[in-house]
Amino acid sequence: MTQVRDIGRLKKQARTVRAEILKMLTEAGSGHTGGSLSAADIVTALYFCKMRHNPKDPAWKERDRFVLSKGHAAPLLYTALALSGYFDKSLLKTLRKIGSPLQGHPCSKLLPGVEISTGSLGQGLSIANGMAMGLKMDGLNSRVYCLLGDGETQEGQVWEAAMSASHYRLDNICAIIDNNGLQIDGHCCDVMALEPIVGKWAAFGWHVIDIDGHDMVAVINALDEAETVKKKPTAIVARTVKGKGVSFFEGKVKYHGITPTSDELEKALGELEDIDNG
Amino acid sequence: MGERAESTGGKNIATRDAYGEALLELGKKRNDVVVLDADLSGSTKTGAFAKAFPGRFYNMGISEQDLIGTAGGLSLTGKLPFASTFAVFETGRAWEQIRQTIAYSHLNVKLVATHSGITVAEDGASHQAIEDIALMRVLPNMTVIVPSDGIETKQVIAAIADYCGPVYVRLGRSKVPVVMPEDYKFSIGKAHTYHTGKDANIIAAGIMVDVALKAMGILKNEGVDAGVINMSTIKPLDNDAVLRAAKASGLIVTAEEHSIIGGLGGAVCEFLSENYPVPVKKIGIKDTFGCSGPSDELMKLYGLTADNIVKTIKEALKK
Ligand SMILES: Cc1ncc(C[n+]2csc(CCOP(=O)(O)OP(=O)(O)O)c2C)c(N)n1
Ligand SMILES: [Mg+2]
Repeated sequence: MTQVRDIGRLKKQARTVRAEILKMLTEAGSGHTGGSLSAADIVTALYFCKMRHNPKDPAWKERDRFVLSKGHAAPLLYTALALSGYFDKSLLKTLRKIGSPLQGHPCSKLLPGVEISTGSLGQGLSIANGMAMGLKMDGLNSRVYCLLGDGETQEGQVWEAAMSASHYRLDNICAIIDNNGLQIDGHCCDVMALEPIVGKWAAFGWHVIDIDGHDMVAVINALDEAETVKKKPTAIVARTVKGKGVSFFEGKVKYHGITPTSDELEKALGELEDIDNG
Repeated sequence: MGERAESTGGKNIATRDAYGEALLELGKKRNDVVVLDADLSGSTKTGAFAKAFPGRFYNMGISEQDLIGTAGGLSLTGKLPFASTFAVFETGRAWEQIRQTIAYSHLNVKLVATHSGITVAEDGASHQAIEDIALMRVLPNMTVIVPSDGIETKQVIAAIADYCGPVYVRLGRSKVPVVMPEDYKFSIGKAHTYHTGKDANIIAAGIMVDVALKAMGILKNEGVDAGVINMSTIKPLDNDAVLRAAKASGLIVTAEEHSIIGGLGGAVCEFLSENYPVPVKKIGIKDTFGCSGPSDELMKLYGLTADNIVKTIKEALKK
């Protein structure tokens, strides 16, 4: 996979990713819009710039791994995989339909490129740790990236895994927290307060980088920095906006699990194009 | 016995909607009722209670294990906690907390989970609980109830509030037709027999009661006398009702929106094999995970249809 470092091209790619997410969700009529859009810049940076992976050989031993712990952002993962060339883009239209390998939440048994089935929150970081341990045992310098929702970190297992990663000095692991401030029942601070997020990860022995998760330069720099940190896992706390890229979805609790109508899709695609042209 | 109350103005609502309404009524009557949720109060319908009684509602965030432990603690101070989230997460993620804290100590905690079975639909297998009845049924001290419609759900909630001990109630996401008669009175451990068939008897629970009644109608037109039992309490099982049905027909069919392993079918087989062995055919999910798709298509895909019940009974009778 030839990776790009050109920030302008990555930004454009992130808009393409968002457009594909919106199209597939509109077609499906159900699914998770807000949390797919909030992490689009991060996942674009990973799949099209940072990660070593081979769409023609998804099981390549030396690949970097990506674990989508917040499995409901499946449309984002599917788009990254399709645009990388793991499967034909036309498959995106089958999201959530009977017989489709594109299940509502990712299924690794059905879709090459998906490292592990997720959807039940809080489990991904433990799996990522196991991968990181195994890669180290095999003397490989592959890295493991794990994307978590901020609400998701209310699960106790996340903190059990956070403790393990630092205990075993898993410096080949990078957790990215999609800190969009929202979950299903409302703002995280009202449902179950998470702050201080940075302080929590630091207290668990992680190197923490606090960034604007929509600033492509910051995202790439943070991922670069993580690679240089030794004997400690790195957590990137990415401040994001749920529904990012579509003005009328941004920061709205409601659009966690609501898909665009066809009118909204048209408007949303227009907004994304305007940025490209402007 | 009584016909379904559809014709007399019963509403087709999801059992989770009935739960939301029942909680509100209960909250007005009793101020020891406390409700807990795990970031799904809009979906489980505990949100209405939260709005009406904010001082008696706790959103625990996305942390099901903490949800169960906290409910246990509340019950130890004399409160009557109802803990709700999706069935997969409630019975799966927090299973050992339920076993150790709630069941073993016989705490008065009501576990009311929604989004059970494959009718969760498009979210797919990760969210479709097809093993929750089994998981709860194996626990000593646990009562397991699967209401079939909105009318029954409301009665179940009222009944379990008056019962002291751990209860698991399995509710669904989608709208379901009314199947219970207007004069129906639920009591824990008592099945409702619509009709006792001479050729076969279908023991069903949840949304499969409606499907079973449809199958009964089709079979009647074809000259086959099939009966239907709504076994809404799966534990303790209404052994007498099962025995009567087995003696009357010699063929039992179980029907559930759950794995054929460990659920209603399992419970009926366990009882009959030791007490009155007759052939039993199990309609349910055949040891496989679910998948994404529209509810009605999934019901067909997994054979949870009246036609499949009819076919199963006819084939079994031929032998
Ligand atoms: C164990 C578990 N509990 C509950 C859910 C239901 N659920 C799906 S998404 C979600 C909210 C997630 O919020 P967050 O992690 O902040 O994700 P984002 O805002 O990025 O969408 C919940 C509660 C689940 N998938 N898994
Ligand atoms: Mg969030």
